[in-house]
Amino acid sequence: MKVDKETLQKIAHLARLEVRPEEEAELLNSLNGVLNWMEQLNEVDTTGVEPLMHISPDLNVLRDDAVANHLPRAQALANAPQHDETFFQVPKVME
Amino acid sequence: MAFDFHIVTDYYRSFSLVQADLRAGTITCRQLVDGYLARIEENRHLNVFTEVYAEEARQRADDLDRRWAANEPVGRLAGMVIGLKDVLSHAGHGLQAGSHMLDGFVAQFTATAVQRLLDEDAIVIGRQNCDEFAMGSSNETSAFGPVRNAADPTRVPGGSSGGSAVAVQAGLCLASIGSDTGGSVRQPAAFCGVTGLKPTYGRISRWGLIAYASSFDCVGPIAHTPADCALLLEIMAGPDEFDSTVSNRPVEAYSAATQMASAPRRIAYLRDGVESPGVDASIREATQRTIDALRAAGHTVEPVSLSLLDSLLPTYYILTTAEASSNLSRFDGVRYGHRTAEATDLIELYKKSRTEGFGSEVRRRILLGTFALSASYYDAYYTKAQQVRRLIREETERLFAEYDFLLSPTTPSPAFKLGEKTGRNPDDDPLQMYLADIFTVQANVVGYPAISIPNGATPEGLPIGLQLMASPFAEASLVAIAQEITDL
Repeated sequence: MKVDKETLQKIAHLARLEVRPEEEAELLNSLNGVLNWMEQLNEVDTTGVEPLMHISPDLNVLRDDAVANHLPRAQALANAPQHDETFFQVPKVME
Repeated sequence: MAFDFHIVTDYYRSFSLVQADLRAGTITCRQLVDGYLARIEENRHLNVFTEVYAEEARQRADDLDRRWAANEPVGRLAGMVIGLKDVLSHAGHGLQAGSHMLDGFVAQFTATAVQRLLDEDAIVIGRQNCDEFAMGSSNETSAFGPVRNAADPTRVPGGSSGGSAVAVQAGLCLASIGSDTGGSVRQPAAFCGVTGLKPTYGRISRWGLIAYASSFDCVGPIAHTPADCALLLEIMAGPDEFDSTVSNRPVEAYSAATQMASAPRRIAYLRDGVESPGVDASIREATQRTIDALRAAGHTVEPVSLSLLDSLLPTYYILTTAEASSNLSRFDGVRYGHRTAEATDLIELYKKSRTEGFGSEVRRRILLGTFALSASYYDAYYTKAQQVRRLIREETERLFAEYDFLLSPTTPSPAFKLGEKTGRNPDDDPLQMYLADIFTVQANVVGYPAISIPNGATPEGLPIGLQLMASPFAEASLVAIAQEITDL
């Protein structure tokens, strides 16, 4: 088994997700099933093969770095759960 | 004479017919829109729309009719009534990717692809249901509940662009714009008996498309005919200063290409697609019939095998879950999206907001991707999959050095029953759902264009799809051969 309870909780923390104890069994089952299936790739010889990072032939199509007002502040804040006139707001992080 | 609104579904299955009647003055844009709105009301049970823009669509139609009457110029899509998959940003309208994570979210800008359609006077009639964050092959992961297939409402429409496919199938709009990461335009098009086109990676700007897996994602049209898909592609494609991966290659006249007689072509077909017992018998037979018809029409059609066929789906799922875990990290409950009511510190705010906002398949894929990218497993999974991706592309390049197209069924089975493969029960195996994409993922893994066209039906009357894949940026010849097969 690739993923045990401890690994699952560690991954969940890295992903900023919570896994409740009653979900653990189903998730361990499905994650390990998928990971075992993914390991078919180990049968492919990739010795010396360069990883393919970019699929587009036109990489980094750049434009001029000109100043423009693409998203005004009020609009940028419009979908925030909590904000004031200027900033996004979150619960206090320091005492 | 009273206008029979059923004409929008029974007759207007190509935009050229709509335009001819608009020019002749036998219908108005307003009548078209009212016709579609009536059809939408009749078909609420299919659960296609997450929001209908009835008043706005009527106003745009009235404005177009006025301009038409006054001999003012109108755009190339005047009279084209379309829907948008709920992953495409449309300023001032709701946008939530089939997820409670984005309940109440209002788009602040318009996707480049959508803006180009609006600029040509397309009428957007609403946004359409899809799998949550486009992750799914049956539309059952949507927070809005599943879309139903109009050919049999007990069956799935496919996914993730399920609402888009059923909207066209049931005549709720003439065309819809979806997105395709592993088959999400083509697979539902096949399940619903319509046409779906996934362009070359980078052909259409992804600006304003909610990201799932950025090195796979493509915007793509769904319509009745290859010609209409070609026209929509032609208008959406091309350079965009907001997408650094978009191609600057000139956009060809794809819509004109569908009207040209095509020269004899060299077509490869996947031997597994007509011989494998894993493929439904009626789909194998339908594919064989098309192969015979293409030969009779003078094309060369030869069987090929892909040595890496079995590696396609594992490669796809490792890389897309990894990219998704990164892309979806932006949903943190701070700048937009769901925020928990319970958190007392920042880490808890992130965790609870994300856990409450995302559905189970999205969380599963984020966990898989986070695992594949974690320090201990990065080389074994992520790097390995990137290496195999290169081998798959090299094998595909060798194939396309000899052939113009690769033909296969779009899917190994017709539309399956709702609830049959949800993976929601502890005993369900998510892999069963993943296998529905076996023939479609290759195009995304290598970035090539592919189209799914209707290819008859099973004895139970379920639509069958035929897929053709072409070389990068060969969309003109792809839509031409697709139209030719449609007309065979």
